[in-house]
Amino acid sequence: MLDFIQQLVSGIALGCVYGLIALGFVLIYKATEVVNFAQGDLMMLGGFFVFTFIGLMGLDYWLGFLFAVCGMAVFGMATERILIRPILGYPQFSIVMATIGLGYFLRSIAGMIWGTDDLKIETPFSAGVVKIGDLVLAHDKLSVIVATVILCIVLFAFFNYTRLGTAMRATSENMLAAYYMGIPVKRVVSLIWAISAAVAATAGVLLAPITFIHSNVGLALGLKAFPAAVLGGFGSIPGAVVGGLIIGVIETLAGFYLPQGWKDVMPYIVLLVVLLIRPQGLFGPSMRKKV
Amino acid sequence: MRFIFKTDYDQDIRILKHSGYWWSYGILLAVMIATPYVLGSYMQSQLVFVFIYAIVGVALMILTGFTGQASLGHAAFLAIGAYTAGFMQSLGVPFIVYFPLAAVLTGIVGALVGFPALRLHGIYLVIATIAFAFIVEEVLARWESVTHGNEGMRVRTLDLFDIPIARDSDAFYFLCLLVLVGVTLLALNLLRSPTGRAFIAIRDSETAGKSMGIDLATYKVKSFAISAAITGMAGVLFAHKMTFISPEMFTLLLSIEFIMVIIIGGAFGVHGAIFGAIFIVMVDPFLTALKDDVPVLVSSIASSLGMAKETAADLRDDLSRIGSAAGLKGAIYGLIIMMFILFEPYGLYGRWLKVKLFFQLFPLYKRATFKRQKTYVKSERNR
Repeated sequence: MLDFIQQLVSGIALGCVYGLIALGFVLIYKATEVVNFAQGDLMMLGGFFVFTFIGLMGLDYWLGFLFAVCGMAVFGMATERILIRPILGYPQFSIVMATIGLGYFLRSIAGMIWGTDDLKIETPFSAGVVKIGDLVLAHDKLSVIVATVILCIVLFAFFNYTRLGTAMRATSENMLAAYYMGIPVKRVVSLIWAISAAVAATAGVLLAPITFIHSNVGLALGLKAFPAAVLGGFGSIPGAVVGGLIIGVIETLAGFYLPQGWKDVMPYIVLLVVLLIRPQGLFGPSMRKKV
Repeated sequence: MRFIFKTDYDQDIRILKHSGYWWSYGILLAVMIATPYVLGSYMQSQLVFVFIYAIVGVALMILTGFTGQASLGHAAFLAIGAYTAGFMQSLGVPFIVYFPLAAVLTGIVGALVGFPALRLHGIYLVIATIAFAFIVEEVLARWESVTHGNEGMRVRTLDLFDIPIARDSDAFYFLCLLVLVGVTLLALNLLRSPTGRAFIAIRDSETAGKSMGIDLATYKVKSFAISAAITGMAGVLFAHKMTFISPEMFTLLLSIEFIMVIIIGGAFGVHGAIFGAIFIVMVDPFLTALKDDVPVLVSSIASSLGMAKETAADLRDDLSRIGSAAGLKGAIYGLIIMMFILFEPYGLYGRWLKVKLFFQLFPLYKRATFKRQKTYVKSERNR
């Protein structure tokens, strides 16, 4: 039984990681209907930024964290301006391909600049564990869980209760109408990319002690976070986190109880089954064109 | 300037619309047949890869370009074809049997993937096909009695009616060419049939198609099955060309490469698949040449412009270091995808049509002819 709970908890921690990355996908999708395949790579870049600030320049952890998040926010805005804005409104699949291309590009460039070794930084969460009874929880995993919960609440409140959040939802529904209502659509889209890149950077920094910083880490995690977002129903913030948790828990439990090989496949099997039953994901609204 | 005077309804759907087609495609075919006697073995081998990629491109064109169903799982179909070939051959089944068998088997798997796809669209479909591809990859790695797992599998030389056809022989080249021509004709024929018209209707608007009496389920499954079957055939050729197959050859990156084929070629005509395949396969030798030649060229230009000898040599070394950096190929791939989507969304074939139209209409050509429609309203994007 203790084994089960321990596995469950580490599954939840892993799930929060996926959820954190999935949040970034969902934000951009919610506001602009763009699916950003490069989200994992933005996260990877955030990790490299924080490595540059803390590992190479020797800044304080929290200061480096702040700089990395701000730097990535600017990077996200620049990406939107250069790559996304000219193709906004074109078929979804060509935008998906553009972001896949961006991911390729970022991975290679990061590998060329920072090298292909596993990099590591010292963080306040690196060592240390919390013990609850016989249950052991590492600080680094705990920090991810806490950050996911906080970010999720903040973003949910932001989208539902602030003017800017409402403007973003309106933009997603109908860009033209939003524009006519006086919403500065371009600025809104640019801001949403900044926020999403900042969330990705946060994930990258918090993951640095767990997964190390490597140019391929974004692809590996992004491909798991993607099913998480789809499972929850693309475009639903609680859905992203719940989807992440489901994928994380299933993956960990499958790795523990099932024979070798099931660990990597099980999340995808569950995803296919869920999509068969509910094509719009668990929390996604059903879309039909009215004629 | 040619004016076509139509006297018959069949003229609209004829594959060879006028005598010009006979000439141009006849000459193309003659050139392709003459090629192995002219080119070296390296280029011939590259051309075989072009053919294989083009076959997959045609398959993907039917599914993505004409039915509008995106797929990032075609590497898995290729893998199923390749492994069927390898396994059947080790059982002693002749090529003439396992080649169609691979196509049929892959087609059945494709239809099975098509069923969940009935209710999915857009990004959900992309993810479902990725999930399918991952599952296939894992099965290939674990089902060791058939696939030899991660160790990979050796594929013996192709044997057609007891005549061995080596992987780099002229006969193999002609076999691939034959399959490509056959598949292309099949695709063209399909697209002018009622089935093909139904595919195009589904792509343009599912709702409109449905109200015209098109059974979406049947046609989507058909499209998936046909596309998968053609990819399975390409898989057999791929297995014999590589002579060694292992699960890590059929990853998501390969699927992305296949999608690049039709995006770069232009996803609205069968020509696009072939243009795209040429581009994707030839990027590699081109980059290698670039890596060797550009640094020398730049430094010699720099020194002829009056730069000091040491600085020029330094420049050459710097450039060749950048050129041989490990990740350069990925970066260039990424750039190519982004550039095409930003600046040439209709791909190479689209550029060819634009140039052709420019000369046909000579002083009257206007750029807006090829402008794409943008949709900013969510409900319009749901089809």
